[in-house]
Amino acid sequence: MDTVVVEALNLDAITKRFGTLTANDAVSLSLSEGEVVALLGENGAGKTTLMNILFGQYTADSGTVRVFGKTLPPGNSRAALDAGVGMVHQHFTLADNLTVLENITLGVGSLLSTSSGRSATRDRIKALSQKYHLSVSPNARVGALTVGERQRVEILKALYRDVRILILDEPTAVLTPQETDDLFATLRLAIADGLSVIFISHKLHEVMAISDRVVVLRHGKITGGVRTADTDKHALATLMMGTEATPPKVPQSTPGPALLKLDRVATPDVGNAPGLKSVSLSLHAGQIIGLAGVSGNGQAAIADVVGGLVKPAEGRIEIGGSGIDRWTPREAVKSGIARIPEDRHKTGTIADFDLTENAILERYRSAGFSKAGWLNWRSSRAFAEAIINKYDVRCPGPDTPIRLLSGGNMQKLILGRVLEAAPRVILANQPVRGLDIGAVNYVHGQLLEARARGAAILLISEDLDEVMAMSDVIHVIADGQLSPGFGRGSMTPTELGLWMAGQGFKNENAHAS
Amino acid sequence: MRLEPINNPSFGRKLVPSALALSATIVIASLLAMIAGANPFSVLGLIIKGAFGSKFALLETLNRATPLIFTGLAVAVAFRAKFWNIGAEAQLYAGALITVLLGTGALAWPSGLILPVIALIAVFAGANLLLVPALLKTRFGVDEVVTTLLFNFIFLLFISMLLEGPLKDPMGMGWPKSARLIPEARLPRIVEGLRLHWGFALAIISALCVWVIQTRSTLGYEMRAVGLNKQAAGFAGIPVNLVLVKTALLSGGLAALGGFSEVAGLKGSLTLDLSPGFGYTGIIVAMLALLNPLGVVIAALFVAGIFVGADSMSRAAGVPTYLADIMLAVALLLMVFAIMLTRFRVVRD
Repeated sequence: MDTVVVEALNLDAITKRFGTLTANDAVSLSLSEGEVVALLGENGAGKTTLMNILFGQYTADSGTVRVFGKTLPPGNSRAALDAGVGMVHQHFTLADNLTVLENITLGVGSLLSTSSGRSATRDRIKALSQKYHLSVSPNARVGALTVGERQRVEILKALYRDVRILILDEPTAVLTPQETDDLFATLRLAIADGLSVIFISHKLHEVMAISDRVVVLRHGKITGGVRTADTDKHALATLMMGTEATPPKVPQSTPGPALLKLDRVATPDVGNAPGLKSVSLSLHAGQIIGLAGVSGNGQAAIADVVGGLVKPAEGRIEIGGSGIDRWTPREAVKSGIARIPEDRHKTGTIADFDLTENAILERYRSAGFSKAGWLNWRSSRAFAEAIINKYDVRCPGPDTPIRLLSGGNMQKLILGRVLEAAPRVILANQPVRGLDIGAVNYVHGQLLEARARGAAILLISEDLDEVMAMSDVIHVIADGQLSPGFGRGSMTPTELGLWMAGQGFKNENAHAS
Repeated sequence: MRLEPINNPSFGRKLVPSALALSATIVIASLLAMIAGANPFSVLGLIIKGAFGSKFALLETLNRATPLIFTGLAVAVAFRAKFWNIGAEAQLYAGALITVLLGTGALAWPSGLILPVIALIAVFAGANLLLVPALLKTRFGVDEVVTTLLFNFIFLLFISMLLEGPLKDPMGMGWPKSARLIPEARLPRIVEGLRLHWGFALAIISALCVWVIQTRSTLGYEMRAVGLNKQAAGFAGIPVNLVLVKTALLSGGLAALGGFSEVAGLKGSLTLDLSPGFGYTGIIVAMLALLNPLGVVIAALFVAGIFVGADSMSRAAGVPTYLADIMLAVALLLMVFAIMLTRFRVVRD
């Protein structure tokens, strides 16, 4: 019997320009029924723009979108949804205060539904969740669900709407390795039923595991399309980067004296986010401690306590041997803590401030930048220029609003801002999230140089690969508790994954590296 | 239709929408003048002539602009830090109240001493009037729009009570009006023989001071940072709540200085019609000036010119002075729209 290959989606020569930037340059992509195509590319390569055009959020300057042979009218989001295209965004689009059932039916059912209608809906959701192993209770409130469960709701929502083409944008960024395996199992079931999937990611091993074909975008152009079976990770990285990316080598280090000590530190829970539960940690000069864990397990709390934003309810913190009693960000900076915040757009920088104003944000009160309440713009500007040169911040100049910079350049400015203060302790919270491989390597290289100079680094990351590559000692944080520490390479990702899910280690207060 | 953000607006992109807004305001005002049965060209000509056409008209406009510069600055300073002070009206009356309390004989000092003392205490009073809403906001998260707005009514009724009672001028023929200031407590004229008092100069100096504070001082830097991104400001170590309180004090003080200037420079006594809504018009002035302190001076002159010009036009052409209110309202709405067009471009699908 011949298998007829049905073309589910066809993007034909899509071009989109923003001013002088060409985000998509004659990009063509086709997807067959039941096929998984991975869309690979650095940040800023044009993946998101392409998906926004498919969904009618943007109108392409030229090119057409066809779904099952029918051309979609440009700039019409409804048309894409009606044609059976669904998307699970990186940041979920669920209403926290509604139940799973309400979220799934939101926008498809009528506002007033009968109880028999609701129970039919409930039955259908239950059937779907059984069939695709998406266990989640229809009556649970979304606000009370874990990140993994919320993603299942998003996928259920798509399946409930009989989506035939599903786009997943970085779906594994917030999952444990086990949850990722579950997600892939679900996807394989749905694909067997004829679902077509576009899988956006920059995690090469996942792309290798799930996709049939890989399409690589670079600078808005398609630079490669290969069958997954015919390629390997190195070849893909080369396609994505242009040249083969070489991450910095991590040499052995010899830890010096303890620079940061947490002694049975506890903080209260904040909403759904757990507080710290008697966390003890000792961070030495010339050492990187990596904190692995699934998002929302107390990473924010530990960053806030060390960064001077939150005073712990219990416990004691020492920096360089002396205890802290005043908890303000200013004191933290003064005592030699460099803080690289998790969200560089919302907390790290002020978008409408220029580079100079952002460069002095933490230290505008110090002697070099102001005197008796009056700012010294000349020295501030010189400081910004020094950072721009030394850290290779690509920008028109120190008077440019920082919102015009790419994420990588923004992060370089933040790096420069904190490293130029010659810190003793560096608190790096998700320092490379959302950066392209070039910028990732740069940031990691700078952190390693700082380590070589004798800085103590606390690296908080949800990216297991990053933690395992960079850290001298790794702790897992789960539900506000810190696991015992262990050296690099002494645990497999699977074992770590169990710990990240909150199983496999007991909280032993005195047991820290 | 959709909006797309523009990253680096060109100079023309910044200027053209504002010019269009102004032109559209004039067109709409002309239409209304036609409906009122007058020739729109002569109405507009009369407004401009009535505002700037003679020495008398010009001085009248400058006098009218003076309190608007103060309240405009008060609003501009507060809004820059995203502290929504709608209560400049009450703070202006607080300054006026201090001026008559101290200036009607309570202090009998020479001008050079009594005027600075009254001005300082007036600033202090206005600042403190805004301290309560500021603390309610920073401590308990009470919305300052509500508190400052409602405070206007409370404070005006309080002034009304004082003018009907303890502050009532015994020589005032029963009118709710305070006693007159002693001559030493009056702001002199800048040039003898011209009806323009030192309050105007004080307003210009205040605008320059606010501009210098905003662009050069650490406090100005903090206020702008808090206004643009509270979260990042707090993370960097800027004491957000303290900055908001300082902003409130500065804002309230500036509005109160307007009250001092009106009473000591122009009116000489306190009545309930001291301010025909200077506090609220200050919001329009600040918005038209895009919250720039030097722009406030220009916007205040524009707004005052429309009011004064419309008064004189009304007498000559018989078109109601309400035309001025409509022109200002239309100008403000169109300007807000124009500001949006400088940051976004409209894309048709």
